[in-house]
Amino acid sequence: MSYFRAENLSLHFGGLKAVDAVSFAIEKGEILSIIGPNGAGKSSIFNLISRIYRPTSGRMFFEDQDITEQPPYDIARLGIARTFQNIELFENATVLSNLLVGRHRHSTTQLWQELLFLPSVRANEKVHRRRVEQVIEFLDLEPYRDKLISGLPYGVRKVIELARALCSEPKLILLDEPSSGLNVEETDDMSFWIRDLKNELGITVLMVEHDMSLVNRVSDRVIALNYGRVLAMGSPAEVQQHPDVVAAYLGA
Amino acid sequence: MRFLFKTDYEDDIRLFPHSGYVVSYGVLLAVLLIAPYVLSSYLMSQLVFVCIYATVGVALLILTGFTGQASLGHAAFLAIGAYTAAYLQKYNVPFPVYFLVAGALTGLIGAIVGFPALRLQGIYLVIATISFAFIVEEILARWESVTNGNEGMRVKALSLLGVTVSRDSPTFYFLCLAVLVLTIVGTLNLLRSPTGRAFVAIRDSETAARSMGVNVALYKVKSFAISAAITGFAGVLFAHKLSFISPEMFTLQLSIEFIIVILIGGTFSLHGAVLGAIFIVMIDPFLTYLKDDLPGIIAGIAATFGAGTQSAANIHSKVAAFASLNGLKGAIYGLIIVLFVLFEPLGLYGRWLKIKLFFQLFPLYKRATFKRQKIYVKSERNR
Repeated sequence: MSYFRAENLSLHFGGLKAVDAVSFAIEKGEILSIIGPNGAGKSSIFNLISRIYRPTSGRMFFEDQDITEQPPYDIARLGIARTFQNIELFENATVLSNLLVGRHRHSTTQLWQELLFLPSVRANEKVHRRRVEQVIEFLDLEPYRDKLISGLPYGVRKVIELARALCSEPKLILLDEPSSGLNVEETDDMSFWIRDLKNELGITVLMVEHDMSLVNRVSDRVIALNYGRVLAMGSPAEVQQHPDVVAAYLGA
Repeated sequence: MRFLFKTDYEDDIRLFPHSGYVVSYGVLLAVLLIAPYVLSSYLMSQLVFVCIYATVGVALLILTGFTGQASLGHAAFLAIGAYTAAYLQKYNVPFPVYFLVAGALTGLIGAIVGFPALRLQGIYLVIATISFAFIVEEILARWESVTNGNEGMRVKALSLLGVTVSRDSPTFYFLCLAVLVLTIVGTLNLLRSPTGRAFVAIRDSETAARSMGVNVALYKVKSFAISAAITGFAGVLFAHKLSFISPEMFTLQLSIEFIIVILIGGTFSLHGAVLGAIFIVMIDPFLTYLKDDLPGIIAGIAATFGAGTQSAANIHSKVAAFASLNGLKGAIYGLIIVLFVLFEPLGLYGRWLKIKLFFQLFPLYKRATFKRQKIYVKSERNR
């Protein structure tokens, strides 16, 4: 049985079929990339998985559990974290508290305990902070720990988004265009980190990406989409040579 | 300037980052504790109002400042707390019991009001809370069997452990101060734990909060409930301080005053609630002073510049007429809000931080330090 599975997933806005009967599976520990021209439905698939949109039809399974009807906040609790294409950080908070929100799914304390800040809350806080510190070290974010997001450059924010997702200790991470807006060196760093996610932390990665060199470097498999339909699926080289994919990008 | 070297996670968690804070807050507390034995009874009375307004300010900060849900209905929550106290007092319920019941009931009603907030954003939410406030005001005026209608209700002096505590006694002031301090400490505890961070997350991006596992609906309702409950507690004290409550005390203007408290104090820190409360409580005597003395002063100036007795008296009466115009107070409040939003969006506490930083960095202070720059503008946000 595959780790994550989407069966005939569809998302229709009136007559527009943003995602049209898409089926795919992700194996545990692989890096799967979704490519496709603008408007192909890549981000819509992400928004379906993280339940920002409700699928028109189709089902999704994670670790053999049907997650199609789960409320959005439960998706994170199951171990699926995501980043956003247009950075969605908590602007007026420090980097540290942004990352601590990533730990939210591990918080076990009750409201009344927090009001009194009982020793159990304090102990939990220390665990959260230790975990966050590990992520900060992994992604080299030490200089920004106490800075407000609103004062940070774009490239750093992109990394902090990844960091926040990692703080939730996900099993599956969804990266929505991790390299968009990054310069060449930053993209390089990002590609190393994505490989490390898989090799060191054992996290399965689903990624939407336009930068083909990054896709080629990190992906195990690639899915090409156009007009909400799957054009091709396979290794990066296979997909790029597939005649339908060439037609979609260059015109027939 | 002091550099903090953090060697333990405790350094980030503790309430007082270093010993300097302990000393300054200790001195402040000592001053507040000896205040009733030094200050005049008028100033003491003002100080009690500062405590009550600051408590409501903290409550509003939790909801508006940290969770990002605007509310113009807090006068109604205050009224519910006050009326619960007055009603239960009639049946000889002891103070600690009706104090807690008032808070719990207001919290419950706050949670119910929170439900429409799940679907409303920004200005629509403000309108919803205003209508809630009007509904409560109307109920208070019409439900005569309980609230005594427009005639209002008398509130007896509270009795604590069999001792009667008059509203002007130091004990009542200490009670208000204790409620304020406990509220602040509880809120700070909340803000350094997962719930508080979830609130801030909802304020800044609901989508991101949701995808991090925050149950946005639940936390919005929680925020409403906590904020309302604290306001309910403050309402009990408010009722006792005034010793008489009637529906026209809990109008929209009071809700606006609470908004002014946090707007002028600064919406990003609890200090703001206290500074704003001092401001709003002290502006009233200041306005009264202006109303009484301004005509004389202006007429005097006119006279020194050679205006005749007749025209000086004329000016005096005109200024006096202007100063006692109906609704002038509301207009001045409006002006204050506009000026603060334009020129001091971080509020009084923001100004204080700027002054502090100026002295810390003395020759090197740059004016642009506090300028917020938009580096990246979000194009589309899935709310």
